[in-house]
Amino acid sequence: MSSTVIESGTAEHPVSEKNYLNADHTLKSWLLTVDHKRIGILYLISVTFFFFIGAIAAAMIRYELTSPKGILLSSEVYNKTFSAHGIYMVFQFLVVAIPAVLGNFLIPIMIGARDMAFPRLNLLSWYMFMTGGTLITLSFILGGVDAGWTFYVPLSTLSETQISLCLVGIFITGFSSIFTAVNFIATIHKMRAPGMTWYRLPLFIWAHYATAVVVLLGTPVVAITLFLVVVERGFGFGIFSPELGGDPVLFQHLFWFYSHPAVYIMILPAFGIINELITCFSRRPIFGYRFIAYSSLAIAFLGFLVWGHHMFLSSQSAFQGIVFSLISWVLAIPSAIKVFNWTTTMYKGSIHFSTPMLYALGFMGLFLIGGLTGLYLASIDTDVHLTGTYFIVAHFHYVMVGGTILAYLGGIHFWFPKMFGRTYSEFWGRLSAMIVFIGFNLTFFPQFMLGYLGMPRRYHYYYFAPEWQFYHILSTAGSTVLGFGFLLPGIYLTYAVFKGKKSGPNPWGAKGLEWEHTASPPITENFAKPLLVTDNVYDYNPDEDSKMYEKEYEDDSMLGGVR
Amino acid sequence: MGWGPFQYNIMPESASEHAPYYDALFMTITGLTVFFTVIVVALIMFFAAKYRRGTKMDRRNVLTHHTGLELIWMGVPLLLALAMFAWSSKNFMNVRTMPKDATEIFCIGKQWMWHFQHMNGIRENNELHVVVGQPVKLTMISQDVIHAMYLPEMRAQYHVVPGRYTELSFTPTKPGRYKILCAMHCGTQHSEMVGQLYVMNPTEYADWIDKGGNKYKAKPLTIVEAGQQIWNEKACYNCHTGVDNPRAPSLAGISGKTRKMADGTSVVADRDYLRESIKTPHNHLTAGWENTMPVYGGTLTELQILQLVEYIQTLTPQKGDYVRPDLKLNTPGSDSDSTPVDIANKGNSAGNAQFRTSEERR
Repeated sequence: MSSTVIESGTAEHPVSEKNYLNADHTLKSWLLTVDHKRIGILYLISVTFFFFIGAIAAAMIRYELTSPKGILLSSEVYNKTFSAHGIYMVFQFLVVAIPAVLGNFLIPIMIGARDMAFPRLNLLSWYMFMTGGTLITLSFILGGVDAGWTFYVPLSTLSETQISLCLVGIFITGFSSIFTAVNFIATIHKMRAPGMTWYRLPLFIWAHYATAVVVLLGTPVVAITLFLVVVERGFGFGIFSPELGGDPVLFQHLFWFYSHPAVYIMILPAFGIINELITCFSRRPIFGYRFIAYSSLAIAFLGFLVWGHHMFLSSQSAFQGIVFSLISWVLAIPSAIKVFNWTTTMYKGSIHFSTPMLYALGFMGLFLIGGLTGLYLASIDTDVHLTGTYFIVAHFHYVMVGGTILAYLGGIHFWFPKMFGRTYSEFWGRLSAMIVFIGFNLTFFPQFMLGYLGMPRRYHYYYFAPEWQFYHILSTAGSTVLGFGFLLPGIYLTYAVFKGKKSGPNPWGAKGLEWEHTASPPITENFAKPLLVTDNVYDYNPDEDSKMYEKEYEDDSMLGGVR
Repeated sequence: MGWGPFQYNIMPESASEHAPYYDALFMTITGLTVFFTVIVVALIMFFAAKYRRGTKMDRRNVLTHHTGLELIWMGVPLLLALAMFAWSSKNFMNVRTMPKDATEIFCIGKQWMWHFQHMNGIRENNELHVVVGQPVKLTMISQDVIHAMYLPEMRAQYHVVPGRYTELSFTPTKPGRYKILCAMHCGTQHSEMVGQLYVMNPTEYADWIDKGGNKYKAKPLTIVEAGQQIWNEKACYNCHTGVDNPRAPSLAGISGKTRKMADGTSVVADRDYLRESIKTPHNHLTAGWENTMPVYGGTLTELQILQLVEYIQTLTPQKGDYVRPDLKLNTPGSDSDSTPVDIANKGNSAGNAQFRTSEERR
């Protein structure tokens, strides 16, 4: 995006020559920072930590399931393990990862602002996140939680494990999301640089805006619902347990009223990243900007009207179920628009397969399968046989891992030079993208088969159907590959933070304020001088770009760039 | 299917009337999924190869928007989606409409077993015997947490919820042994809450019945007989006589009637209502009566309540029912100024029974 620096304008404070990373080295300067970029880095470290806890739990589950009779865990420990996997991955990683790390880091820079609208609130939200994470971790240290991440009542009210403590942790983490969302909305509305109109915003911003609205409307509902479970456990208020005069299905309504939109909280920011990656590595303006932008808002809106499709069999009325099914089918359309638009964006582009682009292409394939298998579950009749089975597990892992995590990794690889001012090894980057893609498919595709065959999720044993073992072994083998694929970036990126080659401000030749007007890493104030945005977003020229590489293409191997 | 130690299936067995319809829909959606995946992936690969940077292609005048194209790729999938929705909903309504001629079987889910109670009194645990070709309707309730009755080979599933009756029906079409699973996480031994569904030929089934369900030598009480026994033991007839009386309404012919409640609402007297009125009678008071009935929630199990409800549903008005004079004279509700507490304090109401000590009761 081209823009001019307002020469006459003066920065309010004297601008430091140092960047945000080396501005100060004390621990205090990190823990009490109000710089959105430093808070983004704090989040990066914390969510990576929580991701690895969740991943270890996943590895234990996969190892256990290689045998129909169980080989590692007791039933009780197994239940706590999958609960830990779900709780850490959903509440401490997926909901938070992209908005809090990349959103925090990039939103102010992308719109030409110096910081978030409420920098202190931003820091508080990280502390809330860590407090929540600590309480959840404490609840697992003190014995664990066995009701799964969904906490269905009355199981969660009758269970004698550390559920209350864990729920308080999630409650607090929820507030961290709410604070972040408030910050995003205020920042995007009020802090845009002059000339940065709504339709000049990168689609990354639109996606985060839609996400923030969902977070703001949905999270309070789940927070109070989980808190009511705590109240019921602690004081015997009869809200959900039928024994106390409550209604267990009410809990499901309240829970899914947030937790279905939560799926969009996890996937919308991923869409945002993919928009940036596809345009940058196709060197082409995005196709259908407004349709993509509005489809994010449509998803955010319709996402609130489909919670009942988790409850087709819960004893809600059949007609109610059919209405939810209808809206769920309609909701498939805005997601489809995005995929079609991304595909068309590649037409007449000048495509280059850097690591982030490989992740983006992987995302498109996996999200396509994840999204389309959602149709089996939106369809009220096919849902009957598939709900509560491994089909569901495979479906949402295709969306959450194949979608969100691939986009997150793609985003991290894309903005890594901006965040740390250094580059990583392109060879290892591409290799890890391939390994993740292959390992992922090997892990989760067999689970579709298992689900159709009738293997219920959260089963510890399946000795009554040993023919399922074949698929479980495939899945575990795949998860080993996948785990290795996730470990690799952890290693070479950490190495690159300290030892990587220095990168210029714009190593990808990308458009956007963060690439064209800030240093790598950016200074604490982001921009040396205030900006005036004058041109449209994604104003790439594929023709010019491609001409520069015509010679290289003729000498090159098929995949281009690797020499 | 498989080779050596690697045994696997591609499809679950299909053993109910609905299963072929289910699989047809499933395969159609699979076809659509494959179709769209192949198209999009092929396009991506095509563009990726053709427009890789450096290739000599025309890249001028790139298109950035095209409303017609957008409308096409919104419209076509939307129409497909609506068609699939209609098909799926029709299937679902068929499954969720309980067949009239179905064999009714009761099911109680508890941590961590399935208990079945046939109308003729045969009880089974984690096993269910049914006749091939005969529709089955399960009326289910949970005694503790939420379970899900899942019969993969029948393509049938429904939640088993505490506090309300839910229904599930299927028509087995192939004799054999099938899986009964719990598909809702229900605690420690969730994965062991599994059983077998035996679908038998009518002759085999008759044989099985003759032997009292294989397990019990003596002929068991039918579910209605068992309910009557509880009715007599708990002396329900003491207040609920054949006709309405000042102490309690009659239950003769109550099943399916619309009842007026004291708070002005009205409720259809179905199983759920009868169950609630036994467990927590104060929740829905019939208009015209006071809150005097004791709470039986803690004293009767779900199975006993089920039997009692079934018995109550068989009650019909009999010739010769009359208002007992003793109830007429000593009427707790006759004093219109009294609150329920006053009535209870008088010490002679049925509702006060729960406050008496065991000493006094003798």
